Amino acid sequence: MSEPILEIENLETYYGKIHALRSISFTVNKGEIVTLLGANGAGKSTTLRTISGLTRASGGTVRFLGEDITRKAAHDIVKMGLIHVPEGRKIFKGMTILENLELGSFTLTDEDERARRLQHVFEIFPVLRERRHRDSAFLSGGEQQMLAIGRSMMTNPRLLLLDEPSMGLAPFLVQEIMRIIVKLNREGVTILLVEQNAKVALKLANCGYVLETGRIVIQGDAETLRRDESIIKAYLGE
Amino acid sequence: MTSPDSISGAANQADGSGGPLGWLESQRNRLIVLSVMAAAAMLLPLIANNYVLEVMSNVWFYVMLCLGLNIVVGYAGLLDLGYAAFFAVGAYTTGILTSQFGVNFWLTIPAAVLFSCVAGIVIGGPTLRLRSDYLAIVTLGFGEIVRIIARNLEITGGASGLIGIEKPSIFGFEISQIAHFYYVFLILAVLACFVSYRLQHSRLGRAWQYVREDEDAAEAMGIDRVAVKLYAYVIGAIFGGIAGCFFAAKMTAISPETFTFQQSVLILLGVVLGGMGKIPGVIVGAFALVLFPEVFRDLGSSRILVFAIVMLVIMLYRPEGIWPAKKS
Repeated sequence: MSEPILEIENLETYYGKIHALRSISFTVNKGEIVTLLGANGAGKSTTLRTISGLTRASGGTVRFLGEDITRKAAHDIVKMGLIHVPEGRKIFKGMTILENLELGSFTLTDEDERARRLQHVFEIFPVLRERRHRDSAFLSGGEQQMLAIGRSMMTNPRLLLLDEPSMGLAPFLVQEIMRIIVKLNREGVTILLVEQNAKVALKLANCGYVLETGRIVIQGDAETLRRDESIIKAYLGE
Repeated sequence: MTSPDSISGAANQADGSGGPLGWLESQRNRLIVLSVMAAAAMLLPLIANNYVLEVMSNVWFYVMLCLGLNIVVGYAGLLDLGYAAFFAVGAYTTGILTSQFGVNFWLTIPAAVLFSCVAGIVIGGPTLRLRSDYLAIVTLGFGEIVRIIARNLEITGGASGLIGIEKPSIFGFEISQIAHFYYVFLILAVLACFVSYRLQHSRLGRAWQYVREDEDAAEAMGIDRVAVKLYAYVIGAIFGGIAGCFFAAKMTAISPETFTFQQSVLILLGVVLGGMGKIPGVIVGAFALVLFPEVFRDLGSSRILVFAIVMLVIMLYRPEGIWPAKKS
């Protein structure tokens, strides 16, 4: 049951002289949804960036599927099936939805596989199919988030790192995005979800970690964390 | 004539793997414009005098240089203020090999390509982590370094440069007159357009586009940022290097003062003025670059001032260039 897909050990990251991550360790098991919680500047996004190779770790190890990927280049990590959906969606405005999705399949050279992946993404997000030739700049915030997640699905990921997918979205859209995350998870994608919105994240996660100034200060299964609202309040200021 | 293309375009869209229809339309339009221009360009030597041919050769030459720089600046979004250095590498390779070692002109081209690649890697490699302002400073410095090296080495002829570079011949036919060189540069410009066009629509071209718009997102989706940028520098350098070979052959003499910072800025100006990242735009920019000073020749030394004012007006009213890319 609990076979690890991602193992983080004593991970350290600096931005210049700023010590952003201080010896972080945690494990994500296959098939789980794990959430990283914390206030602004706690180091959540840095953790994801360090795992996916966008930012270099200065110490510790990241193991994905048993392989040490700490020093691996970001584009090679993508090929292994670890996909990072960066904060702020980062979709390409001025390009159509289809062109955005094509970026997701950049590492694919097999056209049939690309078409299959595209169909799959359109099944999950019918709204993207309807508007596939539209400039993605005209999408709503929720649709942009769907596009960002859809783009990451083009590579057939095993592990998705989602950075604040609920950011700036209306509550009903947050629910929609969370429903999609659960759906992807049921399809076998393991998910590491970074959120400021603890309530929403803990509802679907198996377990959670709370970060504060680059350290993990609380960890536990989602239900315990959910019940222990006082702790969440103290660290997340909600 | 037109229907098969649009049908296949629509079919591509239906299964969701093709680009949008609008692109196809504009591509065909571009081809028409290009072929009309090519026809006019090919007939020009029959009616034009030597002055016009000289100016137009210069236009084609700058088209090639601007398209080369466009790969770096327009496609990959990297600011380069030292592009004349690559042009110098090509010109000096040909100059040195033909005048001092008696090497056949055509054999100097592969050598120039090789040296340009090396120069591209030398400038590209260490600067890949830098962004806009810093990149501008480093490339500017690189351009100056190349020029100063050329001025101080014995093999490059020092400050007075190289003279007596042999004119090339092909199958016993010597390329010596201005009309010959006009065709040579025209062919080079057309080749540069063709290669640019193919690159823009290649996998690498798309990678440049993604990296230019958002490095993080591109990298997170599996694009090798470092390699992609390095390719831009190297391919841009090859364009400049080859242009330099033919420049040396046409002038038969080169001096370091041809490859000043001003030269780099001029080429960059052509790219920005015309419309970064768009081939017809860059061609228009190169035309403007060469033709404006000629048109205002009667004004004497104040023509540079008029030229500057014209450029300012263009930038004020068309900040994305005379013929900008559809999307920014």
